[in-house]
Parts: sequence; structure tokens; C-alpha cells
Amino acid sequence: MLGPYFFILPAVAVMLAGLVYPVIQAFYLSFYDWKIGTDFDDAPYVGLRHFIRMIGDEDVGESIWVTLKFGFWTISIEMLLGVSLALLLEKPIRGASVFRTIFILPLMVSPVVVGLIWRYLFDARIGWINYYLGQIGIEPQVWLGDADLAFFAIVFTDIWQWTPFIFIIVIAGLQALPSEVLEASKIDGANWWQHILFVKLPMIRSILLIALLMRLIDVFRALEVMYILTGGGPGRATELLSLHIYNRAFDTQQLGYASAISVLLIVIVFILSYGILKMGNPLKEKADI
Amino acid sequence: MAARQINNPLHVLSHYAALILLALITLAPIWIMVATGFKDDVIVQQKEPIWFFFVPTLDNYEHIMTRGKFDRYLWNSVIVGTVATFLTLFLGGLCAYALARTEFRGRVLVANSTLLVRMVPPAVLAVPAFAMVLNFSLDNDLAVLIFFYTALNLPFAIWLLFGFYKQIPVELEEAAIVDGATPLQVFFRVLLPLMKSGYAVAGIFTFRIAWNEFILALLLTGRTTRTLPVGAAGFITDTGVEWGRIMAMGTLIVIPPLLFTFFAARQIISGMTAGAVKG
Repeated sequence: MLGPYFFILPAVAVMLAGLVYPVIQAFYLSFYDWKIGTDFDDAPYVGLRHFIRMIGDEDVGESIWVTLKFGFWTISIEMLLGVSLALLLEKPIRGASVFRTIFILPLMVSPVVVGLIWRYLFDARIGWINYYLGQIGIEPQVWLGDADLAFFAIVFTDIWQWTPFIFIIVIAGLQALPSEVLEASKIDGANWWQHILFVKLPMIRSILLIALLMRLIDVFRALEVMYILTGGGPGRATELLSLHIYNRAFDTQQLGYASAISVLLIVIVFILSYGILKMGNPLKEKADI
Repeated sequence: MAARQINNPLHVLSHYAALILLALITLAPIWIMVATGFKDDVIVQQKEPIWFFFVPTLDNYEHIMTRGKFDRYLWNSVIVGTVATFLTLFLGGLCAYALARTEFRGRVLVANSTLLVRMVPPAVLAVPAFAMVLNFSLDNDLAVLIFFYTALNLPFAIWLLFGFYKQIPVELEEAAIVDGATPLQVFFRVLLPLMKSGYAVAGIFTFRIAWNEFILALLLTGRTTRTLPVGAAGFITDTGVEWGRIMAMGTLIVIPPLLFTFFAARQIISGMTAGAVKG
């Protein structure tokens, strides 16, 4: 009865070596003060000192604050826009598949390319955004050089890229609702608002929650678009936690301390993932045989 | 589906108008990239944007293809993308099959932890991966990248393929066994043909990640092993900001994912929504 193990073992081995082992390694490295270019064997053991330093580290605190702020603005706007559009445009129409194809394009484009496109559009000198704002009488701005404007730029880019995702997921959920229930609520005389607020939205509650958790996890994982668009700057204005870890490790070259921060990141992401898991792990259902 | 079709022509019209507006907002930045890639530097540098009417030039493409190491990057990306996709589908398929069809000790553990590790942030992998490469002096080796991309994609691939295997009735396999088919024949002759679209979706998602990934590629590749996204990002620092060339490079990187989208949009959407709608 070893059969199943031969099937799962190769995949499990790769995931252990490529995902689990690095996570354990990150824990291990967080106890050493290792700098790039030095031999790891010479790196002094520092115990929990990195973690103690982290608690009082304003830069880490600021980066967590930026991440939460970014998550708040992007996710609430994306959910609001995506859900409203889905409710308005839910009815099946001819040609819907063409629109859906278009809406998933931003998700297929490489994050590096997304970063490059928007860096061009937000460019202070030849950027298209400044030009069109100029047409309506707004002074050209140095978008990526000002803390607030750069933050706005990464939020805006994220909304462009991810609102369609929410839109498509919610439409799929709405169209999968049993029509009998919807008919019943109409017969009961619910008006349009009541119908949406008390019937439809509660019925797609779990979809909304999973979409929210998935986006929240993405916010903590994200770094590529910002790496290209702003590099985290100016200052730390757009340095999300993942990018902060990367910059700590390879810019200021503190591999050990960066590992300690990444332990914090793992904990946050695992808690959020556990939330998704709690909502139903499809892999856990009983096998057919 | 057809039951709730709308009829009021005014509604239909505003419905389409709204969708077209949204589609234009979605497409505009991508179109601007494609267009800019075909503009010569004089047009790019002028302040007034030109959407459509300019004399297109292939100068940017000629430049990146002949002067840079574009052919090298392209080759690396193709190798990494296809090998990682093939490995992920092969290993992930076996694992998903066992999870869907058999009961064994540790099954729930494997299922749960697969979903947990799916979310490991790339930034967390960065330092340990960098350390591994230093340790075994594996820099400048595409195998490292292939290995990490396979590991990163396996959880999602297993999860997706599991769902597809569950949809195939067990009776089909049982009938084949009664007819005297060996387990291997059952797998290749009965299951695989039915799993085609499942493997296609998993393959597209895996290839997309492997093709687009930037941060690990930046860390783990050297002069000769850079992939396309790393090459494109390099344009910003290497040559100043030459937007025409950068956008031409961006356009080339985007071609394979765009082709997938046009030919398999339905499957991609099913893959994206599966997580949220099924849960």
C-alpha cells in the first residue's frame, strides 16, 4: 500500500526543498548577523537581538504602516468598484466573453512590464498623465518624487491591475446563484437596494471574504511593481514590507536582519492563509475511492 | 444563463457603453506601451502624446535584438519557462491524482500544507535562495531558477489538477481495469485525454509565473543566465531611460501571456475563479 506515496513523494520533496526548507533557513539565518560579501561561517550568532531590534525599528514600523495603508486603499477601492460594476453588469449579454478576455489582460502582463508602463505614464517630463492634467489646468507634478504622490501612483496602478480580478470573481459568483432564491425575493417585493443588500451580497459573502483575504496576502507578497515604479521611494513612502525585506537584504546588505523581518512576514501571511484554509480546503474532501 | 437576459434596449445600450468604457481603461496602458515601442525617439520625447497617427519604426526592435543580449535572455526565458512548466505538470499531476483517488495516512496533512505553502512570499525565499546559491556555487545556472519556479508553482498546480481529477467519474477507470488495462494504460489512455484542459490551465498559470517572475531571477541569475524581465528592468539603469526601447522590450515580453489570454481566456478565468467560488 505504498502506491500513493510514490505519486506524491516527488512533488512533496520539491516543495519541501524549495519552499519549506528556505522558510526554515530564514528562521535560522535570523539568529546571525550575516552581511553580504562575508563568509557565513564568520557571522556572529546574535540570538534574538534582531527581533528585539525590530520591535523598536522605525523603518520596519513605517514599512508595515505603508503596507497596511496600501492594502486599505487598494482593497477597499477595488472591492467597491469591482463589486458595484459586477452588480450593474451581471446580466449575461452577447459578447461578454470578449470583455472578460480584455479584463484579465492586466493580470497576465508581467509585473515588471506593469511597472515600466506606469513609470512612463507617471514620468514628470514626458508622462501622459501630466500632459492630460495640464489640459485641464493642473500643474505638472513630479509623481514618483513626492511621498504622497508616489503612494497615490502605486495605489492607482494596483487598482488598474486588480479591479478586473474582483469584477470577474464576483460576476462568476453572482451568476452561480440559484435563480429560485432570487426570484423568490423579487416576488416578496424587495426593491433593488434591498435585493442587493439583503439577498445577493449575503449569498456571495464567502466569495467576497476569500477575495479580500487573497488580495490582502498579495499586498504582503507584492514587491515587483513597486521595485520598478519607485524602488520603494522617495524615502520609504512606497516601500511595502516585502520590498523592505529585499532592500534590507541586498541594498543595505544585512542578510541576517532581513531574515528576521521575513520571519515576521511569514507569520502574517500564514495567519491570513490559515483564514482561507478555514473557509474550506477543497483538497481535503474525501477521495472518491 | 439565458433566463436572465435583459431586453430593454436602453439598458442593453448603457450596459455595453459601460463595458466598453471599462475595456478602454483596461487596454489604454497596454496600447500605449505597444505604440511607444514603434515610435522613434523624437516622437517619444515630445510632450504631446500621440495615440495612433505616427510613422511607425522598427528601430527600437532592431536595437534591442542586435545590440543587447536579447537572444540570450529570450532563450533563457524559454528554457526556464518550458522546463519548469513541464516539471510542475508532471510532478503536480502525479500528486493531484493520488490525492484525488486514494486514501492514505497523511493525506489531510499534505493537502493542508500544500495550500499553506502556496502563499510563501517571494521576498522570504530571496535571502535563503541567495544563501543556497552561494553555498553550492550555483550562480549562473538556470537549473536553480527552474527548481524554484517548479516549487513555487506546484501548490497551485496540484490544487487545480485535483479539482479536475475529482470531476472525472471513477467508473471510467474501473471499467478500463475490468477490460484488462494496466494502471499505466488507465492513466495515459483514459485519464490524460480527459485531463487535457486541466493540464492546459495549470500549464498556462505555471508558464506565466515562470515567464514573468522578476525578483528571484534578478538575484539568482548572472550575466549569461538573465531572463527577459531582468533584461528589461536593466534597460532603465543600463542606458538611461530610453522609453521606446523599454516599451519594445515590454511588448515582446507580453506576447506569450497575451496569446494565452486570447486562446484560453475561458480556462484562465475558470482557474482564477476556482479558488474563490468553490471555497
